[in-house]
Order: sequence, then structure tokens, then C-alpha cells
Amino acid sequence: MKRLIARLENVGEVITDPVRLRTYECDGLTYHRATPGVVVLPESAEQIAAIVRLCNEYGTPFVARGSGTGLSGGALPRSDGVLIVTSRMRRVLEIDLDNRRAVVEPGVTNLAITEAVREQGFYYAPDPSSQQICSIGGNVAENSGGAHCLKYGFTVNHILACEIVTPDGDIVMLDRMDAGYDLLGAFIGSEGTLGIATKITVRLSRTPESVITVLAAYRDIAEGGRAVSAIIAAGIVPAAIEMMDALAIEAAEAAVACRYPENAGAVLIVELDGPAPEVDLQFAQLREICADAFELRVAADAAERAAIWKGRKSAFAAVGRISPAYIVQDGVVPRTSLPQVLAGIDRLSAEHGIRVANVFHAGDGNLHPLVLFDDAEPGAGERAETVSGAILDLCIEHGGSITGEHGVGVDKARYMPKMFSDTDLDTMQLVRCAFDPKGLANPGKVFPTPRLCGEVPGVRKGPHPLVEAGKAEQF
Amino acid sequence: MDPHLINDCVHCGFCLPSCPTYALWGEEMDSPRGRIHLMSQHVEGTPITPAMAGHFDACLGCMACVTACPSGVRYDKLIEQTRATVEREHERDPQDRAVRGLVFSLFPYPRRLRLLRWPMRLTGALQGFLERVHPSLGAMAALAPHVEVRQRMPRFVRARGPRRAVVGMLLGCVQREFFPQVNAATARVLSLEGCDVVIPPSQGCCGALSVHSGRSDQARRLAKRTIRVFERAGVSVIVVNAAGCGSSMKEYADLLEGTPWAARARALRVVDLAEWLAELGPAAQRNAVPLTVAYHDACHLAHAQGIRRQPRDLLRDIPGLVLKEIPESDLCCGSAGTYNIFQPQAARDLGDRKARAVSGLDADLLVSANPGCTMQIAAAMRRRGSAIRVAHTAEVLDASLRGVSP
Ligand SMILES: Cc1cc2nc3c(=O)[nH]c(=O)nc-3n(C[C@H](O)[C@H](O)[C@H](O)COP(=O)(O)OP(=O)(O)OC[C@H]3O[C@@H](n4cnc5c(N)ncnc54)[C@H](O)[C@@H]3O)c2cc1C
Ligand code: SF4
Ligand code: SF4
Repeated sequence: MKRLIARLENVGEVITDPVRLRTYECDGLTYHRATPGVVVLPESAEQIAAIVRLCNEYGTPFVARGSGTGLSGGALPRSDGVLIVTSRMRRVLEIDLDNRRAVVEPGVTNLAITEAVREQGFYYAPDPSSQQICSIGGNVAENSGGAHCLKYGFTVNHILACEIVTPDGDIVMLDRMDAGYDLLGAFIGSEGTLGIATKITVRLSRTPESVITVLAAYRDIAEGGRAVSAIIAAGIVPAAIEMMDALAIEAAEAAVACRYPENAGAVLIVELDGPAPEVDLQFAQLREICADAFELRVAADAAERAAIWKGRKSAFAAVGRISPAYIVQDGVVPRTSLPQVLAGIDRLSAEHGIRVANVFHAGDGNLHPLVLFDDAEPGAGERAETVSGAILDLCIEHGGSITGEHGVGVDKARYMPKMFSDTDLDTMQLVRCAFDPKGLANPGKVFPTPRLCGEVPGVRKGPHPLVEAGKAEQF
Repeated sequence: MDPHLINDCVHCGFCLPSCPTYALWGEEMDSPRGRIHLMSQHVEGTPITPAMAGHFDACLGCMACVTACPSGVRYDKLIEQTRATVEREHERDPQDRAVRGLVFSLFPYPRRLRLLRWPMRLTGALQGFLERVHPSLGAMAALAPHVEVRQRMPRFVRARGPRRAVVGMLLGCVQREFFPQVNAATARVLSLEGCDVVIPPSQGCCGALSVHSGRSDQARRLAKRTIRVFERAGVSVIVVNAAGCGSSMKEYADLLEGTPWAARARALRVVDLAEWLAELGPAAQRNAVPLTVAYHDACHLAHAQGIRRQPRDLLRDIPGLVLKEIPESDLCCGSAGTYNIFQPQAARDLGDRKARAVSGLDADLLVSANPGCTMQIAAAMRRRGSAIRVAHTAEVLDASLRGVSP
């Protein structure tokens, strides 16, 4: 490591002080921690390529990190590895409104892209709740979504091209327009295991002509759920349909005083956007469908719209106000199973004496149960883990998925075999091996059992230590 | 450092984009989340290392992170406790110590500051030399404002027209020595709006600088003295026109918790001038001030006291005045009390960034509730060759109420 560090110092700024290093020990999921061997803060693609080549030379694993807001431990460092942080690469390089695209560095925040083009009437559509700080590189790696992905799609639908540094240190361009395999598609959502994005071309969307935001309050989640089904059944595709239950509302209220209707068992936030006539028509339909809500609020202006969204967008972090610790879960179920799954979550919560607050992208069945516990109480953490895991089982049982948008990372690797057969997993690992034969790019993430891709030329002599320890097997 | 306060942080990172040092350097250790992590390392037993102290020192105390945090983390309390711990446990290098000692023996004492005014004029010429001796001394010289003739404030200013309230007024040590015209304007505005203004002559420093630098004993002493002085003056409301002083005075009860002084602190209501005037509602006639004004949110007003709307409303209500918003208005200008003295380079970079934002607006006048900020931004504007006139909110209001140009 010492020799590697000395050579990294010639490439860019390096952090080796142990106290400083520890501030990088975790991302938004603080449950998993590891002090990185060394942190580098590159400022260009060339620097990243040089760093990755050095890692190859020394057989040292590397992990990319953007803003460290990931919720699955994707950016969890390796104590024997290099953490490559993109937080200094935050320039918007090019804005091409005629072709509705912008080229940005990976450390640019999601919201900064929108801010750069807002005055011209454009925006970058995917809007994770963490948009003010999460980096576009992290978004690409996690294929992040947001409230408005119901209508507009996830990150993958808004990335036109990516310049990446491959796991062996080459700078390569992946473009949507490329003929042949959709390598860009494979790269997006790869959680830093197929290389590091160094330049990202995003699609810019026109700010919709008309937006109507409605807040509907219901007595309970079931009533709210029925409204969601009715909206979809009516053929309306809102920009967003979000739901929060009573506990989540309580937290948001405590944090940002969002003033949602009192005594609501659930609130539904529905946003319609598009050309004015279409929005007006849908709004008329929506009013009818939501007639049984005990209160219906329509945002009169941008400030009122922001007020409605504020409660929802701050919900995760706001839970800190009503519970000392919590786990943010992320699962997907078919929309039609929402009621059963929610009832199941209720049951689990009662059974284990663990409160669960529910926030979800109701339109696409993406649940975010917030499992609350007191870390000072012995055993509470374990019970919360149990509940949180059981919720994922519930999602799988109902034909859903273990992650909607937060990724697999380290946290959910162990659930992969529940969703995929060995053959499925092997096929995925073969893709990984094609990009990263040495297994240096973010190893230990996504897959439960590491698989090694054939003999590694040069660096290692003899059997791989992981193979020897029985922790991995050779393809 | 209170572990409970540290545990409130859920590591979400929402505070990062509003942090000026993260904006400058893009490193975790110089972000609020990173600093809180460093605090937790200390609580878990890691001694304060020079690196750690450096990251705490680099924090401007602007409290933008408090505004941004959805989990309600009291970073303001945390950094205050941390600074006190650093002062107690950390051995600074001799040069650093000497400069800090000099500053803290000057700033909280109006009389000593007064003695400094003449040498400060001289320092203009000496700046280059001082900068070579120590960058902090250079920064101090560069910031030295050009002082107008000293104005002695009366003990009492009677309300014009029907009396609507009786208030005490804090003069502030830096304000009264370097910006006497702001205090004069404040007293006039209050009186024109129907307030009897009581100005105890024996008042001293409120202790803000000491709190913000971890000198808690000095801070408590100064707080008690201030409380006593205003109690004797017989007022229950103290109007403050310096954002930094106001934010600390609002925290007196916490600072003195556990002593009988806390209750005495609670009995006094501290308000910012704009907050007070907005609450009172306008009575006096507003005359036109035909200027384009860029309003800058002083951190200790916007973030520490949550006062953003009131000064804007007051300015907007002045006929003929066009109010412009400065982009990145949440981001600190780098002035932050003694920051430009101890961290001259960072302060300069932030000042330049703010100046860039302001100069895009083509404003005639830059207004804020904190002379430190306006001075800082004005200096940065001069460096860019686009000088701008500056004023305190009180001065603009005063001009409008009296029908003169500011
Ligand atoms: C309060 C809160 C709310 C959230 N809300 C949402 C939400 O609504 N929707 C959603 O989808 N997510 C959400 N997230 C999760 C998180 O913000 C996203 O996953 C985000 O995309 C992570 O970005 P980041 O810059 O923080 O990445 P990091 O956490 O730093 O890294 C995430 C992963 O990306 C990899 N990576 C980072 N940069 C690069 C790069 N340049 N090239 C290749 N790989 C890279 C890392 O190795 C890691 O595997 C939320 C998180 C929090 C804390
Ligand atoms: S007070 Fe200001 S400088 Fe300090 S951590 Fe918070 S945002 Fe950053
Ligand atoms: S201080 Fe608040 S906003 Fe910042 S990381 Fe902690 S919880 Fe999040």
C-alpha cells in the first residue's frame, strides 16, 4: 500500500491521515463501515484512469464514491483499497439546448443540472429525494429514480452517453447511439462494478407547460391505495403518485412543519403535468376519483407546490426526529399487491414490536418502509433487521423485487439468491468478468459470492487467497 | 460534545451543498457531515489531532447546515461545544496562538478597539508588510474599514409621534466603533416608527465572538454583564442590528443554563431590527428610494435566526426600490466574524465567489444586516474592479423614512 500511495500522490490529492480517512467510512447506510486504505480526490478523467491503472499494477481494489448518500452501502470502502471520490469533479461542461443535452462531470449534483438550465425552461427529469446532493455519477451507478419516474422513467432513460474509465484503466465512450450491444444500458445501474463514469451526457427535458399538484388525505392506507388503483385504471399517467402513512407524516411534520391535514391516516400526493388542456382534463377526472378523500388540497402556486413536496422529500431524513435509528428499506411489488403487502408489513411490525413508517412511490409499487428502532435498546437493532429482511421476503413472495432504486450494494447482496437462480447470478457475473477480469472494481458488492474470472496474469502467484479461504470459486 | 446531539445526524448528506467549505474544497472532512463524524471520533476516544482541529477551525459557523438539515441536528450547539473542547484540549502552534490571543484581547473590548482605529488606518499602507509577517494580519489590515467621525449615541431617544413601544438597543462593539452611522440610523428608524429607545451607555460586548470561538468563560462573563445592564435600564425588549450579536444573545439562556441567570436571560426578549419592525408594522411614511438593491442574507440572520422574509419585505415596501436576489443566497460570503482573520485564503475565495454572484445583478447598492458581510463582499467586488456601494438595512430604511438618499 505504501508504494501505491506514494505513486498516487503524483497523480492527485491523496488523503492518508487516519482521522480524515474515517470520515469516508460509510455512505448513507451507516450500518456498514470500513476505513478506506487511502482516499484520492481526482479532478479529471485522466487522473482517474491513472489511479485505476496503478490499482491494476498493484492488484489493489478500488471503490468509486460520489456524494456518499447511497443507501445500500455501495460506496462502502475497502480497508485494503483505494476510494476514488468524485466530489471535486463538479463542472457542467457543456449545455446544448438545441439538442436538449448537457455534458457534466460525475460529481455534479442532480439538482445542479436542473439549476443550470431552469431559466431556459429545461430540467433534468429523474428526481431522487436526495437530488440536492447526490451526484449524477452515483445516479448512473444506482440507476436512481424519484417521484416523477412513474411518467418519465429512471436514470437509464435520461442518459445519452457516458465516458467511463474501465476497470483496467482505459477511457472509453459508451453512447446510446452505438451499434451492437447496449453497453451503456449494462453500465447504468452497475453500482461501480463495471468502471467509473467520468463524463456524463444527460437528456434535458422541457419544463412542462402546466403542473397541478394535489394533496389528498385519507383515513387509512387502504383507502389511499384504492384511489391509486382507480387513478391508474382511469388511464391517467400522473407525473407522480406518492403516498405516506400516519407515522411518516408525523415525522415530516416534526421536521419541516409541512402542515398536512390533521388526523390523516395516509396522504396521497398526485402531480399532473404536460400541456395545459391535457392536464385540465386529467385534473377533472382526478377530482372525481379523489372525491372520497376527507380533504383535497390543490397547490395554487409554486410555493404551495413546494410546501406539499417538502414533507415528502424530507421524509427519510425526517424520521430521525421520531426515532433514534432507522433502516430505510427499498422494495418493489406489483401495484395490485400493495394492500396485501402493506397489511403484511403491519403484521410484521406488530409481531416484533418495531414501528414501521411507510413512504412510497405508489404509482409504480416502489415501497420505502422505514423501520424504526432505538439503537440504545439491546436487541432492537437485530429485531429491526429481521423485520426489514422479512419485508423483502414479502416483496419477493408477491412477485416483486428487493430493490427499486437504492441498489444492492453490500446490504442486499445476501438477498440476491432469493430472487435469482445460480445460473442467473453466474450470467451476471460473466458480464462483470468481461469488464473487470481482475475483480478490482468495487468487489464484494452486488453478488453474495464473489466469483473470480479465470487466471489473473502477472499480479498474483498461486491460488487466489479468497479461493483458498473457500470464500470464492473460480469460473 | 454531546453524543446525543451527534447521534441525531443520520449521515444523509443533505447539508453538504449549503456548506461553504464543501463548496470550496469538496472534501468530506470539511463538510458538516464530516465534521460531525470527526466529533463522534473524538467522543469515541480519539484525541483532538491537529488535522481535526484544522477542520473545526475551517468551519465558518455560518449555520447553513442547520437550515438544510431535515433531521434537526443542532450543529450550532455541536460546533460551540467542539470549539470549547479544542481550546481546552488542543495545543496550538505558537504563532497561531499569538495571533488568536491578540484578536481575542481586542475584539470584545470596545475601548481597546477604539485605540486600534488610528493604527488601522496606518495599516492600509502597511498591509503588504503585515501580509508577509502573517497572512492573518494582512487580512485584518485589508478589512479595516474607513471610519467616519465617531458619533456618541444618546442614552435615550424619544418616539416620534404616538409611542408604540419601549425598547433597549444594543450598540455592538464592532458596530459602534467602525459603523456608528448604522447605529444612528437604527435609533432614528426605531424612533420614527414610534419606539422609545433606551441605550445604556455602560453596555459592552455581548460575547458573540467569544462564543463562536470556544471561549465560553469569557462569553458567559460578557453575557451576564449585558443582561445586567439591560435589566437596570428597565427594558424587556432589546433590539439588535448586528446579526452576529443577535443570534448569540438569543442563546443566552442556553449559555447560562443551570444558573439563576438563565431565567433572567429568558425574561429579556432579543429581536433583530427587521424582525421587530415587521412585527410592529409600518407607521411612518415611506419616501421613494429609487435604487436597485441586492440583498445579502447574513448567515447569522438567515440561518441562525431564520430571518429572511422580514428584511426583504421591509425593503420591498420602499417605493421605487427594486430588490434583487443574489444567486446562491444560502452560501456564506466568508466573512463570519473572525474567520477572515484566521482563515484568510478561504474567506477570500468565498468572498470572490459571492462577488461574482452579486456583480451579475447590476445593482446600485448591496444591503445586508451585517457590516462584516458587506465589507467582505465590497472588498471582493473592488478586487474584481466592480466596486459597489454598501449599506445596512437600517440605513436604507432611515433614508426612506427621512426622505433622503442613502
Ligand atoms: C435521504 C435520502 C433519500 C434518498 N432518496 C432516493 C430516491 O428518492 N431515489 C433514489 O433512487 N435514491 C435515493 N437515495 C439514495 C441515493 O441518494 C442514490 O442512490 C444516489 O444515486 C447516490 O448518489 P451518490 O452520489 O451519493 O453516490 P454514492 O453513495 O457515493 O455511491 C453510490 C454507488 O455509486 C457508485 N459510484 C459513485 N460515483 C460513481 C461514478 N462516477 N462511476 C461509477 N460508479 C459510481 C459507488 O461506487 C456506489 O456503488 C436517497 C438517499 C438518501 C440519504
Ligand atoms: S456552519 Fe457553515 S461552514 Fe460550518 S459546517 Fe455548517 S455549513 Fe459548513
Ligand atoms: S447534519 Fe443533518 S443534513 Fe447533515 S448529514 Fe447529518 S442529518 Fe443529514
